[in-house]
Amino acid sequence: MNEQTLIGLVIAIIEFGTLLYLAALGELIAEKAGVLNLGVEGMMAFGGMAAFWAGVETGNPWIALVVAAIAGTALAAVHAVISVVLGADQVVSGLALTILGLAMAAFLGKDLVSKPVGTQFRELDLGPLSDIPWIGETLFSMSALSWLALALGVATWFVFTRTSTGLALRAVGESAATADAAGLPVVRTRVIAVMIGGALAGMSGAYLTLLLAPGWSEGTTAGRGWIAVALVIFGAWRPGRVLIGALLFGGLIALEPRLQTFGVEISPILLSMLPYLLTIGVLILLSIRSRNRPSAAPAAIGQTWRREER
Amino acid sequence: MVNLWPDYPWGGPATIAFGAYSRHGGTRGTLVAPAQGQAVELDNIWKRFPGVIANAGASLRVKHGSVHAVLGENGAGKTTLMNVLAGVYRPDEGTLKLHGEDQSFAAPADAIAAGVGMVHQEFRLVPTFSVTENVVLGAAPRVLNRSALEDQVAALAERFGLATDPRREVWQLSMGERQRVEILKALWRDARVLILDEPTAVLTPVEAEELGRITAAMAADGRSIIFISHKLDEVTAFCDEATVLRGGETVAGNLAVSDLDAGRLGELMVGEATAVSQRRVRTTQPGASALDVTELRVVDLHGRHIVDGVSLSIASGEVLGIAGIAGNGQRPLADALAGLIPSTGSVQSGIHDLSSASPNERHRRGLSYVPEDRIGVGLAPRLSVADNAIMRTYRTDAQGLLIDQDKSVAHAKDLVERFNVKIADLHSPIAGLSGGNLQRLLVGREVDGNPTVLIAAQPTRGLDVQGVAAIQRVLLEQAEAGVAILLISEDLDELLALSDRLAVMHEGKIVAEFDPDKTTRGDVGVAMTGAVHAEGASA
Repeated sequence: MNEQTLIGLVIAIIEFGTLLYLAALGELIAEKAGVLNLGVEGMMAFGGMAAFWAGVETGNPWIALVVAAIAGTALAAVHAVISVVLGADQVVSGLALTILGLAMAAFLGKDLVSKPVGTQFRELDLGPLSDIPWIGETLFSMSALSWLALALGVATWFVFTRTSTGLALRAVGESAATADAAGLPVVRTRVIAVMIGGALAGMSGAYLTLLLAPGWSEGTTAGRGWIAVALVIFGAWRPGRVLIGALLFGGLIALEPRLQTFGVEISPILLSMLPYLLTIGVLILLSIRSRNRPSAAPAAIGQTWRREER
Repeated sequence: MVNLWPDYPWGGPATIAFGAYSRHGGTRGTLVAPAQGQAVELDNIWKRFPGVIANAGASLRVKHGSVHAVLGENGAGKTTLMNVLAGVYRPDEGTLKLHGEDQSFAAPADAIAAGVGMVHQEFRLVPTFSVTENVVLGAAPRVLNRSALEDQVAALAERFGLATDPRREVWQLSMGERQRVEILKALWRDARVLILDEPTAVLTPVEAEELGRITAAMAADGRSIIFISHKLDEVTAFCDEATVLRGGETVAGNLAVSDLDAGRLGELMVGEATAVSQRRVRTTQPGASALDVTELRVVDLHGRHIVDGVSLSIASGEVLGIAGIAGNGQRPLADALAGLIPSTGSVQSGIHDLSSASPNERHRRGLSYVPEDRIGVGLAPRLSVADNAIMRTYRTDAQGLLIDQDKSVAHAKDLVERFNVKIADLHSPIAGLSGGNLQRLLVGREVDGNPTVLIAAQPTRGLDVQGVAAIQRVLLEQAEAGVAILLISEDLDELLALSDRLAVMHEGKIVAEFDPDKTTRGDVGVAMTGAVHAEGASA
């Protein structure tokens, strides 16, 4: 294994990590507000397709990113209306969203499959910083989107722990009746949180089709959205831990095609199972730790809230 | 930072919180009560729920700067009426005025903005949040400075004598402590009209007296306090005026409390003379020891000994009362004895060593438990009356793997009839039942099958006069039948009336023991504060 292979691996870890972190962060925000959105995979695919289309049309990756965020938000709004406003089951609605998103992306993106890449995100050149050996070639050569994902993670942590907005959002996810009694707009908070989650999932899709695997084809998301959902649990609903998880799971994905090169004889299928096995392991650990303590999961997750229920 | 809440009724959380800082900082000049007039005018309020009319034309007028009692039995419509005032429910009919102005609340936020604060009977707290986070929720500055907020909450708590650690998470607190957090929440928002829904239900007598002083001070400050209760002595002690509800209607409004005696208020409430407080009259002598507990310890997640080496023994037919200020280990003691939480030490019931037995095994060995949380721990709210009734017996009454439906329904019917539970249907969820009926069902289920030991935690809390009497009667019958009873209560009169011996818990330990016939409330109260090992104590 030479140095270049290793640097290639680190870059791949960062890239897959970014992809997963953007989507997982979005899911984290929605779940913290008490809404499980299993539609991540669908929103990611839809956002990715929209980004690729906008890239072809405009040639500007940032416009494409915004289009992807809007596409993700629009799809998430469907889930928000169905599960939060109308009070349908969050699991059913979320699953339907994944199916809908994947199908819509495939249908609307039919003509995009053969299209050449219109635009894509490049590595961010940080000048002299990028010339530092190792760190320069990896950390200081990542794209602006990776920095954006990191900044969004820090912002999410800050909002959750240091602002009244975050306190309100967490309260809505822990106990809607309590938040309501405190005068907080439960439904609106949840709808906005789900839509922010959709925007991030859409951006994750843009990262996929404009950087990680430039181009559009059906099935390009390949279950990454599901890993993002698992990641939120793995990270115990904390932005920092989810970041670690994103790099870990991203690392597993990055390792998959490289194992042969490294001369390791593990089935790649086994490797792609690992994120889920690790998530199950973390769930077990979390439940051992919290025999008396309330669980790390937002208590009101999955629960429909209506004021006059009695 | 994006403003997610552009149209907060009060213009954003920061506004109110920064306002609150100056108000709590000591300059109280901004709050001048309008000299005279009505703070609250609720007229002809109707509120219907599926199958229930909770308010049938109820009215309420509360003067500025007064403490106003709203009296009524459970199910009289008090809580519903208060929820209408607090914006939780929208009335089907009727009008609401605050300080002379018409109001229509679409949400609690509107009521809060209009200066109405409510301390709910069922706590509206986030268990995983700290005390401070719960207090400031919805009225916090945009950016939270934790230590500064904690200091402010601590200062506010201290000012009103509501001892609490602002950093602790609410799930670790006892019911009494949670109550204090609820009151703090309303005080933090500087409510002009403060609704206290049975605030003393979870308080000790000493704390209740403190609350009386707090309400008086708040009234003098120009606030109007609505004090919901069915404890007549509290009403006469703390309140200026009283309104009595019965069956969702106002049967008497704005009675001057000073002109009224407790008997008259009681009559208005129940429509008949109130039940006489019962007292234990021993006809049998205590038998052999039925429960022996030695050096019981419970350690919480922070390594604190919340039950700290408790030893006690109860003979069959004996009632051992446990008094104490909320949060001094009564609840974990009861849970540990029932096997719900891990503990060290020895628990013996007769020949059986239950120290490491499961809750189910303890029950099979004759240990029954009426937990403090009726709904959740004691009963499952969404299950039917019948399902709740057979929770202790469905395994033994089974037909192989199946529940014996005939037997279970017969069993449930039997319990409902014997313990006078008023229900519409055996198969509908218990969630709609009143507190008294829930407790009759729970206590009935637990004493059924002839236990040798009964642990009853706060068995009469929050019940109306008749409910209290019914539950106390059951407890006394059980004692007469030879059951050893551990009675944990925050009602000192109840403890003094029912117990053979009365132990006082403080900081996880039994610090004193009294003979109820030879002691006074005052002596017990002193021991509850942990001040000294009271004289005559022989723990």
